[in-house]
Amino acid sequence: MFYREAGQFKASYQNDQQIFPIRQDQIGFIALMGFLFLVVPFIANQYWLQAVLIPVLIFGLAALGLNILTGYAGQLSLGSAAFMAVGAFGTYNFMLRIDGIPFLVALLLGGLCAAAIGILFGLPSLRIKGFYLAVATLAAQFFIVWVLVKFGWFSNYSSSGVITAQHVNILGVDFRSPEMKYLLTLTVVVVMALLAKNMVRSSTGRKWMAVRDMDVAAEVIGIRLMRTKLQAFAISSFYCGVAGALYAYMYLGTVEPEGFNLDMSFRILFMIIIGGVGSIMGSFIGAAFIVLLPVFLNVAFHSTIGAYVPADLASNLELIIFGALIIFFLIVEPHGLARLWQLTKEKLRLWPFPH
Amino acid sequence: MKFRKTLMAVAAVATVFTASYAVAQQEQYVGLPSYRVGPFGASGAALYGGWIDYMNMINERDGGVNGVKLTWEECETEYNNARGVECYERMKNRGPTGNSVFQPLSTGITYSVLDRVAEDKIPMVTIGYGRTDAADGTVFPWVFPMISTYWNQASAIMNYIGQKEGGMENLKGKKIGLLYHDSAYGAESHAVMDRLAEMHGFSVQKIAVASPGNEQQAQWLQIRRERPDYVILWGWGVMNPTAIRTASRTGYPVDKIVGVWWSGAEEDVVPAGDAAKGYTAAGFNPAGTNFPVIQDIMTHVYAKNRGNMSDQSRVGSVLYNRGVVHGIIYVEAIRTAQENFGTGRPMTGEEMRWGFENLNIDEARLAALGADGFMPNLQITCEDHEGSGLLKFQQWDGEKWTVVSDWISGDRELVRSMIKDSAAAYAAEKGITPRDCSAQ
Repeated sequence: MFYREAGQFKASYQNDQQIFPIRQDQIGFIALMGFLFLVVPFIANQYWLQAVLIPVLIFGLAALGLNILTGYAGQLSLGSAAFMAVGAFGTYNFMLRIDGIPFLVALLLGGLCAAAIGILFGLPSLRIKGFYLAVATLAAQFFIVWVLVKFGWFSNYSSSGVITAQHVNILGVDFRSPEMKYLLTLTVVVVMALLAKNMVRSSTGRKWMAVRDMDVAAEVIGIRLMRTKLQAFAISSFYCGVAGALYAYMYLGTVEPEGFNLDMSFRILFMIIIGGVGSIMGSFIGAAFIVLLPVFLNVAFHSTIGAYVPADLASNLELIIFGALIIFFLIVEPHGLARLWQLTKEKLRLWPFPH
Repeated sequence: MKFRKTLMAVAAVATVFTASYAVAQQEQYVGLPSYRVGPFGASGAALYGGWIDYMNMINERDGGVNGVKLTWEECETEYNNARGVECYERMKNRGPTGNSVFQPLSTGITYSVLDRVAEDKIPMVTIGYGRTDAADGTVFPWVFPMISTYWNQASAIMNYIGQKEGGMENLKGKKIGLLYHDSAYGAESHAVMDRLAEMHGFSVQKIAVASPGNEQQAQWLQIRRERPDYVILWGWGVMNPTAIRTASRTGYPVDKIVGVWWSGAEEDVVPAGDAAKGYTAAGFNPAGTNFPVIQDIMTHVYAKNRGNMSDQSRVGSVLYNRGVVHGIIYVEAIRTAQENFGTGRPMTGEEMRWGFENLNIDEARLAALGADGFMPNLQITCEDHEGSGLLKFQQWDGEKWTVVSDWISGDRELVRSMIKDSAAAYAAEKGITPRDCSAQ
């Protein structure tokens, strides 16, 4: 009844090619942005901003990066956390070594460093595919973290190899309070997500999908494999790199190379599997699921049965339930939570008269 | 209908997240960012279990600290930085005066909240881990890496080896192998070992073990080739028993291996079986149950079936006792703060910080606590957030740990100067003006 495109006519090509062709989607998107930018900073407390919203946005961006590579271009990667580390350490070094460099420029350069490293470790993708490629990117994961620990230059010779984020100041505005950090993170994430959304429906994204579906066929119709695959690696790593820099500057403040370990790469991979492989929104839904569900379970357990069962039992139960929920969702909807949303939309178009 | 259910579920979630817990005013709250699952879950369960049991005992035996009951809440971090930050943010404003101390037992989480504790005015205590140069209280007023830092530990281990060799001068020309966990934690040992080698004329061979360290054949073959006089085991988790087992397979004498305190618990030697007999490790608390403080926990907590450890045989293990040390330091800090700011009411974060900074647990106090020989005496000052820096060495005899040394200190002068330099570099990078301690 409310979600119905009857009567919306596209009179020009421009109209037909909008990001959100249905008017209800446009309104919904603008309302969501209005809520996130104008309402949330005023109603959310520190806990919500710093422990819930900022990490979900940052991990959503990292998952988006991996989704470009795995979901759209079909190249499996287990090195996302390492590319995040490159972005974080790159941004740190640009801020440290170039006096007065604006943060956003350093962020961009850090992302470009990650893109360059991504291309380097994407080279094997020209020869190997699938699980074998995953093993090659696994090498990136271990190698990059090892380099960052081994060579003190990257962490400015800190005795324990950690970097401490400098204060961020853009045009005289200090980004120190949780609200400002949230707004900056949100801005970067929204801009990059919209860019990605546009990219995947342009010729770039179509080439990725052609390569994903069958690379021989894609080559036959004139898509240059090397260029397309490396482009996907570069853009994906750029996204991960920017997410890593935000992780260091907007979320934790001080990071160690081990923070970007294989565990984190797996977590990002699970986010896109749960959220939806090949879906921009799925990246964010998956990030919210993986980041928030364990927290929610922990809170729920403590406020209900926490007082009656031993703490180790409660902690293990949380993990068991978390795992069971993942399996449940994968069985119910193997294409991810984003697919559920899509199905809901399709049903809504017919509602309340399905026949 | 479905929509309403969803709405109600969302509302329920929202209330759970934002619920403020009703607590009486005469309670001192502490949020414990514990971990009981994951690769280090067993260690976390023992340490936080000991701490909770001690607080329970103080409540049962003394009715709290000067009438102020201790309350606590656990938050599972899974040894994961992001979860640790979430726990920190969740617990910081709970209780009548907010969280009174944050102790994550994870170097990664320590770094992640380093900036936040100063902003929120919550002291962070990292006993035996964390950021070494935070021992400089003028640059890090809110962080307390107490008892001993890693640098001091490395120096104390060399002093112990020197004692065994009959004097530090006999170290000249000796070869020391340093088998370390290839991470920021393992890298902490490098700078100080290089300085000590220069001072005493021995040579250091650094041999890295990639995390997690369950395969060390190559490293121990290298050790067999080089034949160092001693091997310092700077390990963690599964790396420790593997090192001891591989050493015995390659024929390196186990009594020449000296472990750090994260390599010196029952969990590290029991899996290695007979190979671990004669292995020595550093520690700032001995194992065992025959201390009055542990006996008190037995009678006041476990006899009433209120103990935290589900496996009671782990009471008195190295990590459990380390948890009790945490409890003692925490309760003594509350006491110190109360004596200054007024007894019978919970302390705020700032008052707790003062309590930690003016902590003085001398031998008489230790005896009164029933902890004589259980932990080193400890005096914190505005400048020195480390305290005593005293360690004891324990040897595993196949059944239990036995103490084989007196309290041994590191080279305090050297370590303090290194800490000062490192903290000054940090202050310069961050634009911090160090506090003037004479004005405090």
